[in-house]
Amino acid sequence: MSTELIYDVHAGDVQQGGSASAALKSELRKMGICEEDARRVGIIAFEAEMNLILYSTNGGTLKAKVRPEAIDITIEDTGPGIDDIDLAMTPGYSTAPEWALNLGFGAGMGLVNMHRNSDWFEIHSHIGKGTLIRCRVDRRKNDETD
Amino acid sequence: MMRLTDVVAALELRPLTNNGEFESDVISALVCDLLSVVLAKAQESDLWITIQRHQNIVAVAKVTSVAGVILADGVVPEQRVIDKASQEGVILLATDKPAFAVCGLLFALLNSEKG
Repeated sequence: MSTELIYDVHAGDVQQGGSASAALKSELRKMGICEEDARRVGIIAFEAEMNLILYSTNGGTLKAKVRPEAIDITIEDTGPGIDDIDLAMTPGYSTAPEWALNLGFGAGMGLVNMHRNSDWFEIHSHIGKGTLIRCRVDRRKNDETD
Repeated sequence: MMRLTDVVAALELRPLTNNGEFESDVISALVCDLLSVVLAKAQESDLWITIQRHQNIVAVAKVTSVAGVILADGVVPEQRVIDKASQEGVILLATDKPAFAVCGLLFALLNSEKG
């Protein structure tokens, strides 16, 4: 048994930024996922959501598949793609524009936070085609559900 | 450790949201305006002190489950941000004191409890 939660995220929609990840965390808590697991998924989702909003060409999708033993998170967009993934994964590296920096984005910790909160993390990107990120958060044993 | 309600009273914080049962425990605080750093460091028992006022702070507070957000330096967000926070169960607390003063007072308060 698994449940899939899917959120569309629109490019440039900074005002709504965080809505999908906040909704996802609420939903996970309602499903009985423990705070720590829901928090890790929420952090991954927030960073992914803001990346789609700030950097993607056409927005993208955020999916969370809840399985008994883990939560799989998939983030997909259609461009512009990341030129140098190693550089993008370097703590502190950011291409955020000035206006985004003024709002407290662009710490250069987005992908790093996603990686650190995942038990498994994978990123594929092609210029002109898009970026696909897949993460897995293993569930703790003390969940209220199974 | 202190109850949030005692911190709110001692620092004369003004609750902006109407979801106010300030029963959670506060152990420490984090002062930071970079959202990803807050996501990386904030704990459930922390108060988050910031001067950011846009809607994204609600999601960051929600995701990290911080005990509350102290908006320093007279910062007050737009009503729709306050409404969103109320809806999401995020507590927003305003003060005219600058972040430095809030930190000093809170640090002294939390450490006096330890002794």
